[in-house]
Amino acid sequence: MDALDLARWQFGITTVYHFLLVPITIGLSGLVALMQTRWYRTGDERYLRMTRFWGTLLLINFALGVATGIVQEFQFGMAWSEYSRFVGDVFGAPLAIEGLAAFFLESTFLGLWIFGWDRLPARIHLGTIWAVFLGTNLSAYFILAANAWMQRPVGSAVNPVSGRAELTSIVDVLTNRTALFAYGHTLTASLATAGAILLGISAWHRARRPDHDAAFFRTSLTWGLRTTLVAALATMVVGHFFGQWMTRVQPMKMAAAEALYESSDRAGLSLLAIGGFEKSPEELAFNIEVPRLLSFMATNSFSGRVQGIDELQAQYEQRYGPGDYVPVLAATYWSFRIMIGTGVLLAALAAAGLWLGRRGREPGRWFARAAIAAIFAPLIANTAGWMFTEMGRQPWIVQGLLRTQDAVSPLPATTLLASLVTFTLLYAALAVIELRLFTRVARRGPDPAPQPVGATADGEALLPALVY
Amino acid sequence: MSLVDVWFVLIAVLWAGYLILEGFDFGVGTLLHLVGRTPAERAQALRTIGPVWDGNEVWLLVAGGATFAAFPEWYATLFSGYYLALTVILVALIVRIMALEYRNKHDDPAWRRRWDAAIVVSSALPAVLWGVAFANIVGGSPLAADGSFAGNVLDLLRPYTVLGGLTTLSLFCLHGAHFLALRTEGPVRDRATALATRMWAPTVLVVAGFAVWTLADAQVVRPLAVGGTAAAALALLAVLPAHRAGREGRAFALTTVAIAGAVVLLFATLFPDVMVSSGPGPDLTMQAAASTDRTLTVMTVVAAVMTPVVLLYQGWTYWVFRARVRPEGTGDVRTPLDLLDRRAGGVA
Repeated sequence: MDALDLARWQFGITTVYHFLLVPITIGLSGLVALMQTRWYRTGDERYLRMTRFWGTLLLINFALGVATGIVQEFQFGMAWSEYSRFVGDVFGAPLAIEGLAAFFLESTFLGLWIFGWDRLPARIHLGTIWAVFLGTNLSAYFILAANAWMQRPVGSAVNPVSGRAELTSIVDVLTNRTALFAYGHTLTASLATAGAILLGISAWHRARRPDHDAAFFRTSLTWGLRTTLVAALATMVVGHFFGQWMTRVQPMKMAAAEALYESSDRAGLSLLAIGGFEKSPEELAFNIEVPRLLSFMATNSFSGRVQGIDELQAQYEQRYGPGDYVPVLAATYWSFRIMIGTGVLLAALAAAGLWLGRRGREPGRWFARAAIAAIFAPLIANTAGWMFTEMGRQPWIVQGLLRTQDAVSPLPATTLLASLVTFTLLYAALAVIELRLFTRVARRGPDPAPQPVGATADGEALLPALVY
Repeated sequence: MSLVDVWFVLIAVLWAGYLILEGFDFGVGTLLHLVGRTPAERAQALRTIGPVWDGNEVWLLVAGGATFAAFPEWYATLFSGYYLALTVILVALIVRIMALEYRNKHDDPAWRRRWDAAIVVSSALPAVLWGVAFANIVGGSPLAADGSFAGNVLDLLRPYTVLGGLTTLSLFCLHGAHFLALRTEGPVRDRATALATRMWAPTVLVVAGFAVWTLADAQVVRPLAVGGTAAAALALLAVLPAHRAGREGRAFALTTVAIAGAVVLLFATLFPDVMVSSGPGPDLTMQAAASTDRTLTVMTVVAAVMTPVVLLYQGWTYWVFRARVRPEGTGDVRTPLDLLDRRAGGVA
């Protein structure tokens, strides 16, 4: 492997890993903020215990998200210095704004939330967790705006003298419609991710130890089911319009997602195809297709025209010169299907759980097993979605402006190999530690006898799980 | 002053903010076992930085992001050039975050002991390496004609840069010891006080050696560089008397000034370059590294709006948690905020 391949693997591994954690943080911080709001309003102790239990899981996850986020910020300069030189004038701004407007907010107020239980008036303390949620959302928005610029470079122009992309309008960069869709899609998916965690862990407790803290986990289960169902459905709705938008601005990505070679007025939606994806759809060994559905999804009309790979490749060659402008088809095709498939399964499971559990009934043991598996469904869907977004853009790193192969740092392959091995081993070790800690805390359940906040003079003894 | 100058100063301010704030929490981490003999004492020491270290670290992320936006060429050359050194720093920072966050999430002495050891190593390592990195930026490193880094990782370690590493390490330890003396009670405070006294003379020697070497090697000795050095020197000399007089707040403020003075020395010496080349290519000037005026204008507006807000709520955090941290089991000093009406619905 050369330096380019190693740099791509490193970016892929570190980014996907980071993105396993980010949606959990965004979603769980929102749900924990809602739980604490509920406690503040009703004074019901159950919600205080929910806040603290799910809050502890949030913190365990948050820590690893922050830690891996630091690598994200620096590796543009480290492994992708030619990219950084080319895009810095445009891409750096949302990144810097993310730091100033979002990171400071998240980390400062998270510290206040963890340590402020006994120091802050209840109303202000409640405000701190909402500030954390706001921070995570701002952070997501600015980073998605930066990424959206790579998908659809607006608000900028390439200066022929300096040979780099330069900012023409920050407003255009920050209101890029690709960014708005990506943010909506990410937020709803994040809530579904957090919902699935509540759902899976609560269902496990309900099935495994039905008498243990029954009220606590019944309420948590209901929160999990409702959040998951609503958020997963919302993700699909946003995703539908996002897909239509991408068909307009990144037609090659969407054609690749369908392995659609030939442009068609009545394009069918491929549900499942097996084959090499090499030249033409005829070579697929097996393909289940719903007639005309792709045309409808892409254009809202059953006879809408969808551009195929061959036509787009010809267009790109005319515009950018000879070259291969088709992303890796198998990766694009499958990541798209895995994203949608696991999302649908998750929504179906949440709907089934709500139906089975209506009027206080208990769903069977199979449901608990499915629910635990469901914790992983959004993680798989999120990963697949992110891989689809990034790999569907290849060979471009900035669509139409800069190729990935021209973006890498002029470093020896051994240097990149060293860091790739280092980060991979470190991340693997951290994954083991995080998973063990997360499961241990999840299985233990909430503290049996919570002390009301403010009941003792010893502030540090109040919340053992939340302090150092 | 042009916008490029403004951003050169702002980058210096962000680094100063980072080194001052994370400086004391690196110091607390490095000295962890020297001030805390028992797990409970170490927990007490860590509770002084608990609510703030994460916010402190964001200064680094903003310094990095602002460099990317305002000086892309600098960002690209610096971070790809110092690739392996930076990888080590990043690994240390990651381990440190995990250690601080996870040490108390599981009730097992061995778990805690391992994370505590990790805190020491992962605090001391970046404390040294940031000094090495800055000494390289100012003292010069091999740059190719196209502005990219042309050396290897061993080129980064020279007597001058190692002294730079010792400078940041000793300054941060002194800074951290004074922070602990200011923020704790009981045996931890006593040990931190004794450490601060003992570390003073070696720190002064190392810092003085580094400052003199930097000024002696500088192509142009600027008044501001001399001013920064003088401020750092005066502050360091005044630390010990203040400390002996029991003025812990003042002593901590003085180590803060010393770090700020060192940053002024480094950036004033660097100006108007952002990377000094030891050959074969030319130095990278801030003009050549900068973004367009439009981007710098946007960034200036954002910084002017956001920075006061950030300073306000970060300052508020320090205010909320200003009470001394007591040893476990002796209760907690209450803050006036506790006297405010506490609406805890349904709770005692």
